[in-house]
Amino acid sequence: MSRREGLEISAACAEAVALADVDVIAAYPITPQTHIVEHLARKVADGLLDAEYILAESEHSAMSCCIGSSAAGARTFTATAGPGLALMSEMLFVASGLRLPVVMALVNRTLSSPLSIWGDQSDVMSVRDCGWIVFFAENGQEVFDMTIQAFRIAEDERVLFPAMVCLDGFHLSHLVEPVEILDREEVDSFLPPYNPKYRLDPHNPTTMGAFAPPEFFSEIKKRQDEELRSSYHVILEVWGEWEKRFGRSYAPLSQYRSEDAEVILLMAGAFAGTARLAIDRLREKGLRVGLASLKLWRPFPREYLVDALGRAEVVCVVDRALSVGGAGGPIANELRAAFHDVADCPRVVSFVAGLSGRDIMVEGFMEMMEKALSYARDEEMPYYEMYGVRE
Amino acid sequence: MSNLQGWKDINHACMVFHPGNASEYHTGDWRSMRPVIDREKCIKCRICWAFCPDAAVRIGENGEYHIDYDYCKGCGICAYECPREAIEMIEEC
Repeated sequence: MSRREGLEISAACAEAVALADVDVIAAYPITPQTHIVEHLARKVADGLLDAEYILAESEHSAMSCCIGSSAAGARTFTATAGPGLALMSEMLFVASGLRLPVVMALVNRTLSSPLSIWGDQSDVMSVRDCGWIVFFAENGQEVFDMTIQAFRIAEDERVLFPAMVCLDGFHLSHLVEPVEILDREEVDSFLPPYNPKYRLDPHNPTTMGAFAPPEFFSEIKKRQDEELRSSYHVILEVWGEWEKRFGRSYAPLSQYRSEDAEVILLMAGAFAGTARLAIDRLREKGLRVGLASLKLWRPFPREYLVDALGRAEVVCVVDRALSVGGAGGPIANELRAAFHDVADCPRVVSFVAGLSGRDIMVEGFMEMMEKALSYARDEEMPYYEMYGVRE
Repeated sequence: MSNLQGWKDINHACMVFHPGNASEYHTGDWRSMRPVIDREKCIKCRICWAFCPDAAVRIGENGEYHIDYDYCKGCGICAYECPREAIEMIEEC
């Protein structure tokens, strides 16, 4: 039987990894991810988890270890944050190109400079095109659930892609919340042992990571792209099974009071929890507003977003990442692109807020939604706006 | 290009299931200059054979030297090293 427990969310993540019975954990500790790997290191040291724990000398090496162990057929996990992700970025592309189902917890932390240990989503957005499946969790239960789901999805023979679960640095990683922890039998019934279709085997030699000349490279990337896109259907299928077994439903968007909404607030991660309160307050004032919390970033759920958000008048996107010198927040940008050939589509208003751990309060979300409506109606919309920045 | 695989036929993750097949890839396609041996001048000293970075200088059954153009990339080291100036680099057309 599952048990409900008050846990730091990093510990809940580690519980999920242990229940997934991983074979190899290779990581380099970095704030605010450290607690996850500390919990796992302790489990291995105490004999509670039969896995190799590799303390790598850098994140580049950590991901390289993950690639090697996954290629050898081991269920493999790592965790990192912000600058650590940046350092492993070269190898992220390799893991995806080699189609290795490594699972990573990415504890979102901002990229320097200025030096900052606090959270935002600039790290994951910097590796937007690395070819991993990317999930965003909003609370501790989602971190636990998505971590187990990630192994099942990544290892599915129709998928075979690495997957990362994003959780906000500190706002999730260091928060204590009640989390329903599944028991061993429940996890085993959902997640079979990893039985790799392809792996390095001295008795059956194969080459992984071969050189490809220009006349083959594009075809190889085309196949990678098509197959990452089609993993979408497997993700939905696995989420459906999860709901049937454990009663918690997952979808590319978690929506709140958005059915008849004129203004839908779209964002990813923990701050959507606060945003729900802002929706209630604005509804009390008579404004038809709703929330869509993004759970799946890659493969990009374009049709789902167009369908779910298309009826609104305005989509107010709050990105916790700044594309410096770019064309707006990353999620807003991709949503605009998704709508580009859709007639009568909503106006997409782009706010960049909550950088480097700065809180967005209920009033902040209320103000952004009211501003978004007025920008859209007055047609004096800035391309994007950094919200709450002092003049 | 027409006889090359399309994207659906490429192996999963570009994996190679039959090791040792690099020889099937003819790197001689890269060549822009072609070495040509003048057999009259050649003294069969093996300098070109020793220096060739692609092992593309071959010695035939009768001891004659020739270039394996399937793998010769046209680097010109053989022509540079030849003590008898018996190898000429000619532009590929």
